[in-house]
Amino acid sequence: MNCPPVGASSHKLSRRQAMSALAGSALFPWLRIGGAMAAPLSYDLKPEKLANGIWVLRGIPEAISITNGGAIANVSIIDTTAGAVIIDTGPSLRYGEALHMVAKKLTGKDVVRVYLTHFHPDHVFGNQAFDAAIIAAPQGVIDGLKQLGNSFADAMYRAAGDWMRGTELVLPQHVVTNEPEDFGNRRLRPLLLRGHSASDLVIFDELSGILFGGDLVFLDRAPTTPHADIERWRITLATLGGIPHNLLVPGHGPAEPGDRGIRQTRDWLETVEAQIKTAFEKGLDIGEATALPMPEWTAKIALSRYEYERTVMHLYPKLESSRWPRVDQKT
Amino acid sequence: MIRTAPHRKTARPLVRLCLLLMPLYTFPATAQAPADPLHSPVWETLVKRTFGDARVVFDDRVKIVVPSIVENQAQVPVTADARAIPNVVQVIVLADLNPIQHVLTLRTGKAQPYISFRMKVEQATPIRVAAMTSGGTWHVGGVYLDATGGGCSASAMARNEADWSDTVGQAQGKVWRDLDGTARVRLRVRHPMDTGLAKDNTPAFYIEKLDVRRANGEPLAGLELFEPVSEDPTVTLLMRVPASDASLLFEGRDNNGTVYKSVLPVPLHQSWMPAATEARQ
Repeated sequence: MNCPPVGASSHKLSRRQAMSALAGSALFPWLRIGGAMAAPLSYDLKPEKLANGIWVLRGIPEAISITNGGAIANVSIIDTTAGAVIIDTGPSLRYGEALHMVAKKLTGKDVVRVYLTHFHPDHVFGNQAFDAAIIAAPQGVIDGLKQLGNSFADAMYRAAGDWMRGTELVLPQHVVTNEPEDFGNRRLRPLLLRGHSASDLVIFDELSGILFGGDLVFLDRAPTTPHADIERWRITLATLGGIPHNLLVPGHGPAEPGDRGIRQTRDWLETVEAQIKTAFEKGLDIGEATALPMPEWTAKIALSRYEYERTVMHLYPKLESSRWPRVDQKT
Repeated sequence: MIRTAPHRKTARPLVRLCLLLMPLYTFPATAQAPADPLHSPVWETLVKRTFGDARVVFDDRVKIVVPSIVENQAQVPVTADARAIPNVVQVIVLADLNPIQHVLTLRTGKAQPYISFRMKVEQATPIRVAAMTSGGTWHVGGVYLDATGGGCSASAMARNEADWSDTVGQAQGKVWRDLDGTARVRLRVRHPMDTGLAKDNTPAFYIEKLDVRRANGEPLAGLELFEPVSEDPTVTLLMRVPASDASLLFEGRDNNGTVYKSVLPVPLHQSWMPAATEARQ
């Protein structure tokens, strides 16, 4: 040891994995000291009506930060004759509580089911505001949360600060399979897929024809890739493209008829992956690959450079270990 | 204080202008450390321990590339680039607030003062690159890196694998030639690079030396690595390798004395690879 332990931290070992999943904050130190801490912390949830009895709370097209409290993902509320159904719970206990109130107010009913589309922290940390017995997710999502959930929480506290106060990991107690679920007048059809993460849940509402894509679909906001299998993701997008729907709700971005979100997500993944692979094959290092210009069309997509940079960091180590020839000699 | 530009024969107007502007970004100091633009609490101690009585100046020509967001504090990509300064013989990378501050040293030899690699950070910290010229002056550049903590005190990923020892020393890599003939060398060596600070009590175990040589054994460049270099060290170096050389050698050694050798084929030409400076645009 050539120096005293300056500022050694007591953080948990799994932090490294946590940060690889978190959109994270690029805050500068002076911003952290800034005024955001003093502002009253309450999420301004504005339900946007998509169809009769269906609303979305739109995520802010930003990275998780101390100013937005991590409310960056879309959360949906569905009114059924059996009660309210919620898709994803947002980033924190505080958000979950606000969401619970909004859902009750909009539907006039209790919440009977909460679905989680995948295990990323901006989608699951409102769980605490609901009865764990009604929170449902595929086994893969539950496994992912068991493995990384607490690390996600650590990282969220750091990135979003006091917005996270009191937030703890709550695991879903109901395992979603491919069986449709009936809620009085509505039948919701779950689709168990993967690509954005190791386990992604898509929900299709037969009554309205609305497809809830989770983070398999991004629109006008750059896709995130910390746990992505890009090849699998593209196959999954082709599957989603074959499902007739009246409206598509992406995990991030506006709900729209048609499949612009599917096409844009596919184009983004293809463009970014091709650019990174080309840079890699030319021998560029991570810093150089990150500095490359991006195609003009990506400029109108929120967080394009930020997510491109993250994806470079996600893909490079995989390419180095899979593409380079062995060069070691027996000694 | 104005430094004399190397290889300067006559003071042309442009050169004179440069000399006039130079004090704007170089803050020389001899007796004591120059005031730190990053306001690090340990800077003065760090300067004394690292540079002793040598002359130290802050210099914007020393570039450091770090990501705008740290995805994984055990694998933070860093590029140290002092190519804008002539006659650099040694480059060192420091992280002020790491429990182990000295990250690596590059002895340039035939290499350019440029290295790209990945490192661990224990908390948000200034990252410094110091380039020593043949005259003995250290030119220091720095950036503040924001990060979640824990990179140095986390166990190596290899420690989760029962058979990690089977892969230690496996190396992968490739060499390209830029248009100007410069060899661009990228190498990855499997090694846990244990810091000795993880709570599983694994002692420090890391590659401490990585030398690059011509096939005939003549040295090209030398690296000293320390515990903060990330697991499975992956480096990018730029160096002059004679056109006649078809391969170059890496020889590494870890602190247990195990020696790792690699042979990388060097291509003759790489017509589609733009010169290093262009590629960076």
